[in-house]
Amino acid sequence: MKQIVVISGKGGTGKTSLVASFASLAGMSVLADCDVDAADLHLVVSPSPVSRHDFIGGKRAVIDGDRCIDCDSCSDLCRFDAIIGESEDRAVDPIACEGCGVCAWFCPERAIDLVDSLEGEWTLSETRFGPMVHARLNPAGENSGKLVSLLRAEARSIAEEQEIDTVLIDGSPGIGCPVIASITGADLVLVVTEPTLSGLHDLERVLGLTRHFGIPSAVVVNKYDINEENSRRIEELATALGAGTAGRIRFDPAVTMAQIEGVPLVEHSDNGAASDMNEVWRRVKWSLSAGRFVT
Amino acid sequence: MRIGIASGKGGTGKTTVATNLARVAAMEHLSVVYLDCDVEEPNGQIFLKPEESWRRPVTLPVPRVDAEVCDLCGECGEICEFSAIVPIGSKVLVFPQLCHSCGGCRLVCPLQAITEIPREVATLMGGRVAGVEYLQGLLNVGEAMSPPVIRALKAVAPQAELVIVDAPPGTSCPVVEAVRGCDRVLLVTEPTPFGLHDLELAMDTIGMLGIGCEVVINRAGANGKATREFCRSRGIEIAAELPDRRSIAEAYSRGEMAVEVDPEFRDRFLALLHHVEGRS
Repeated sequence: MKQIVVISGKGGTGKTSLVASFASLAGMSVLADCDVDAADLHLVVSPSPVSRHDFIGGKRAVIDGDRCIDCDSCSDLCRFDAIIGESEDRAVDPIACEGCGVCAWFCPERAIDLVDSLEGEWTLSETRFGPMVHARLNPAGENSGKLVSLLRAEARSIAEEQEIDTVLIDGSPGIGCPVIASITGADLVLVVTEPTLSGLHDLERVLGLTRHFGIPSAVVVNKYDINEENSRRIEELATALGAGTAGRIRFDPAVTMAQIEGVPLVEHSDNGAASDMNEVWRRVKWSLSAGRFVT
Repeated sequence: MRIGIASGKGGTGKTTVATNLARVAAMEHLSVVYLDCDVEEPNGQIFLKPEESWRRPVTLPVPRVDAEVCDLCGECGEICEFSAIVPIGSKVLVFPQLCHSCGGCRLVCPLQAITEIPREVATLMGGRVAGVEYLQGLLNVGEAMSPPVIRALKAVAPQAELVIVDAPPGTSCPVVEAVRGCDRVLLVTEPTPFGLHDLELAMDTIGMLGIGCEVVINRAGANGKATREFCRSRGIEIAAELPDRRSIAEAYSRGEMAVEVDPEFRDRFLALLHHVEGRS
């Protein structure tokens, strides 16, 4: 089984459009939408939900007003300013609460409980490209990294049970906890980058991250024709940082049209960016079997 | 006033809106502070090009166990909700990257065998450019938690007539930390199905924080109808629409600001500034 993760550093570079096209081209794979903050893959692969599950992200403190004696020990000890209000209005701000439990542990009246915190839900679905796991973190939800790890574990076990060779993972922007959770243990990380100075800056950091964790990576330049000079610089930077180059995709309004139609780009058109994505997929498949990237 | 620039989806134009708004506000002689709270990938400096005047590390307190004093009672492992301190066999292991710096282990240790030592996780940087006081946080590569860095950045931010907070993408804790304390939030979206879907999530997040928001439609064109109708249905005002121009995308790719390359964009951002001011 091969796990391919698509991430980007900078947001909005075309991760999800690429993953949807890969899903169509792969024939059969397990899809995991690990951009749990702002999951969009379902909009272009039409999943039919099979089962829904709660996501318990962590713990939250809750104060029992009847037992509270207003001693201030919780507010003195909390480092996250999560204890709000005075006397009978004293409460825990659920958004600020880190779930560390220090307040509950040291409350002399045992008036504080740590309870499970429902931070979202995840769904197992069927798509015409194979099984899919996706999730929805609640607004202002916490612990997206844990949710990503959960989705990836589900995707792996489905792939093993059903003997599916490929797991396609749509990651999130940035380099923080959900991204780290998305890439650990993956076989290949594809970094979709746009040829802008922002893209270049963010690429350096995200490739630093994949290198830090020792995961093979390759760069895809999307909308390369917006600035060909920067596209070249991006590929040079990737090579210098030990990453492969998996191809270039041209700027093409058909990408948005495919989204509006709700299908992967490669099913919307044959030429333009769609043919570029075909070529990228061909190279990705080749590199996974060869264990290296052609540059 | 303090205004947050956020979005659910990444790459919709948060930094474009934040930097251009900062620039026109400075041209209008407002005192402006720009906080780049996208500490995982801060890009404001690429456009504003501030001259760096200071830099300092962000550290978080993590436990250190004095093995001479510790009698392996196990209390620290009991209180820690994050498995960051674990007594195993004849010693206590500390995993600093899992630590949330709550201080519980130090408090609970009956022998005072635990002290806290600073661990560097990020760097704050500040500088000035053309009337804008620029501050950013930069998370060290490999570090998972950005909210404490955003908190540290906000704590050193000076006051100004206009404070612009450039938030990270998404709808979870880093965004919440960035926009908490803002008077208003501008949600930047693009008129695509992905943009619209994530706009709704972002609106719910900002709504939960009890902050009023308005929408900026970036790369607006023929397909903005669904976004406009959605905003109307939610009673959310559209503060500005920025037209879709390849010339602006190309300028962006070179690190140039829209208000400097296109007079129409300067007018649009001036109008947005006046709109925002009128709201305060």
